[in-house]
Amino acid sequence: MEEFLRLEHIRKSFVGVQALKGVNLSLRKGEIHCLVGENGSGKSTLIKIISGVLQPDSGEIRIEGAPVGHLGSAAQTGRGVQVIYQDLSLFPNLTVAENIALAELKSRQSGLIRWAEVRRIARAAMARIKVEIDLDAEVGELPIGLQQLVAICRALTSELRLLILDEPTASLPKHDIDNLLAVVRDLQRHGIAVLFVSHKLNEVFAVAERITVLRDGESVATLPSAELTDEKLVELMTGQAIQHSRFAYAKERGRPLLGVRGLSKRRNFENVSFELCAGEIVGLTGLIGSGRTELALSLFGVSPAERGEILVEGNPVRIRSVKDAVRAGIAYVPENRLVQGLVMKRSVVENATAAVLDRLLSRLRLVDPEKKEKVATEWIRRLGIRVAHPDVAVQTLSGGNQQRVVLAKWLAAEPRILILDGPTVGIDVLAKSAIHGLVRELAGRGMGVLLITDEIPEALSNCNRILLMRAGRIRGEIPTVGLEPEELQKRVEARA
Amino acid sequence: MLKRLLKQNESYLAMLIVLLCVGITIVNPAFFTFENLAGFLKSYSMVGIMAVGTLFVLILGGTPDVSFTAIAQVVEYAIAVVTLRHGGNIYTVFLLAAVLGAAMGLVNGLVIHLFRVPTIIVTIATFNIYFGMLYVITAGKLINSVNPLFRGFGNYLLFPRTSPIGGTYGLALMPLLWLLTLLVGWFILRRTFLGRSVCAMGGNETAAERLGIRTMQTRLFVFGFVGLLSGVAAVVHLSIVTAVVPNIIVGHELEVIAAVVIGGASVFGGKGTLTGTFLGVLLFAILNNGLTLLGFSSYWYNVAIGVVITAAITISAYQQLRHQRNRLNVRVEP
Repeated sequence: MEEFLRLEHIRKSFVGVQALKGVNLSLRKGEIHCLVGENGSGKSTLIKIISGVLQPDSGEIRIEGAPVGHLGSAAQTGRGVQVIYQDLSLFPNLTVAENIALAELKSRQSGLIRWAEVRRIARAAMARIKVEIDLDAEVGELPIGLQQLVAICRALTSELRLLILDEPTASLPKHDIDNLLAVVRDLQRHGIAVLFVSHKLNEVFAVAERITVLRDGESVATLPSAELTDEKLVELMTGQAIQHSRFAYAKERGRPLLGVRGLSKRRNFENVSFELCAGEIVGLTGLIGSGRTELALSLFGVSPAERGEILVEGNPVRIRSVKDAVRAGIAYVPENRLVQGLVMKRSVVENATAAVLDRLLSRLRLVDPEKKEKVATEWIRRLGIRVAHPDVAVQTLSGGNQQRVVLAKWLAAEPRILILDGPTVGIDVLAKSAIHGLVRELAGRGMGVLLITDEIPEALSNCNRILLMRAGRIRGEIPTVGLEPEELQKRVEARA
Repeated sequence: MLKRLLKQNESYLAMLIVLLCVGITIVNPAFFTFENLAGFLKSYSMVGIMAVGTLFVLILGGTPDVSFTAIAQVVEYAIAVVTLRHGGNIYTVFLLAAVLGAAMGLVNGLVIHLFRVPTIIVTIATFNIYFGMLYVITAGKLINSVNPLFRGFGNYLLFPRTSPIGGTYGLALMPLLWLLTLLVGWFILRRTFLGRSVCAMGGNETAAERLGIRTMQTRLFVFGFVGLLSGVAAVVHLSIVTAVVPNIIVGHELEVIAAVVIGGASVFGGKGTLTGTFLGVLLFAILNNGLTLLGFSSYWYNVAIGVVITAAITISAYQQLRHQRNRLNVRVEP
């Protein structure tokens, strides 16, 4: 097939940091290509160079064989390159029709708006990928999967040759991912090349023809996806092999730490019973909307259950608030660390000690800054949080390190029962395996861990047994010994 | 269609207004007369015109502008002095007021855009500068007699009638100016790319930038427009009161912002309509007028506004909460 885009020896540095150290990339017309690399490997810089937002320091860009000079981003758009960023860049307050048509209206430079024209542009774009979304719906009200399709439709309003999708599946449920991939295949039939950019292994590889791996600002390999295994890919991305060993837990069950009997909350979950023992990691899995997060929020007192019993070390406890849960020795690390777990603008010290301030008082009953510092430094060390100084704002840390700060915050409270909700969502491979190691270590020291996860491999390699939730009920308790991933996947997705 | 209509905040507001009108009229039939309606529409024209500017600022996002009353105050004093010294006609007055107001608004916009400071902070500062400078220059002196052209403009009536007790009444030009402002505002917001840019920026400014929308020009337009409308509002006000008390317009800013918010504009940006804004101001005007006609002291007006705002935000917050709760739910199998 003919080549659409070729990058050769692209180099780019920012004040002293060499972001790209000679990257090569080639895209054929109508090819689905994946660009993978860990956080900081130079993916975003490369996207910006391809889309014309940044200019390379050296190297050559060719589109259809013709060298592209140092042109602005408008010039590249004219060549049909569009980027859909992870945040989608949509306007939540505007309608679907307007979100799709606005870019086109902008380029026409007509000062007046004709709404019939707006709808016509939107309809035409939707027709190209055969989707139908209510033109008058406000985009902010749509589920994320449809929002993504709106963003794709917007890219289609201009002459599109290459669509770059930045982390398109990070926040999508399975069903929407399938939908997206179908749309992408459709684009391919129209001769549009698609470049998926991602920092982790995911569903996208199934449709990609070739994969380019980026590591430390260099393109280490471009391979047909058929030749790549997960292990090989991780090795290319990280430069080191990762062992996917399964968690070896104690032969005999420890003493029961947490007992849940007949727990119910109307329109959330119904008649949930299970037991969690010391030294155990129990997986809780199920599709989004199965009630798993709702269950966790009830155990942690955020939205208390209505009926049923919770026992901690054999004693019934009433959990009506977060305070009750903390007193009972339960800690919860939420799914969305950005929203629920951290105060992003505050320092690592302040975040890590937020849950234990009442234990860090001076003689005057005021918070003692020295004690705070001490506790925080201790956890930074124990969790291996990479941070220049404990006083830097959490928002400057990488995703993996932020996740560890949330962990530090709750571990500082010395819980006996730890509920982790999607602890490795959106973080890179190395940070992920570090967190798994940490969780195993905590269980090894006698903590009981309830691990809520979507990822089958994560559940299989870390848990003793897996509780399967569907439609608000626990539909099975599966020991992981000898369990194959395909088998578990099938049971998770099975209906009724 | 009906469902969509009922969902809208404006429908609630319109129903509330109708109920109020009916209620007040039952107690005091003098309320629903041409004379009374024309009267309170006239006296609320200034607030109504300013509300259109405030709507634009709220849609653009961030926080409200609070300096527009100070701008109007400065403009009012300036046009009174200039017309006393140099004469002029109503057209030159409007031109001068618009230019002067727009200039002060542009200063706001420039500072807000260049330094990325929240609107409310910048406009608290410029409020004090504009209003403070007015006092420094004029020493707070009242102007008791202004150029008669203002009285002429203010008293010009369409459909004049003679009332049984001898005076004349009719539809003044101010409410028409208010209506014109609403129409112009609607046209810009709904039918021009500029207006859609304002909405887009209010929804997601980064995305607007990526789309190539000129955010600086758009922001300058909004604040210039607010200033211009403040200037127009100053002419309206001066034509009604025909004297200048240099601290009489300032203090109205919260009332204006409240009316726009009641009308459905979001203080978080991106949302708001001109219909809502009109209804919000109308509600306040009816409350004010109605309370007087029902024999309450005018002090009750502030209490009534407070109650309405509290009720409105509680209801909308409750609706949002319910909306979120419904989203979180799991369809539990029986």
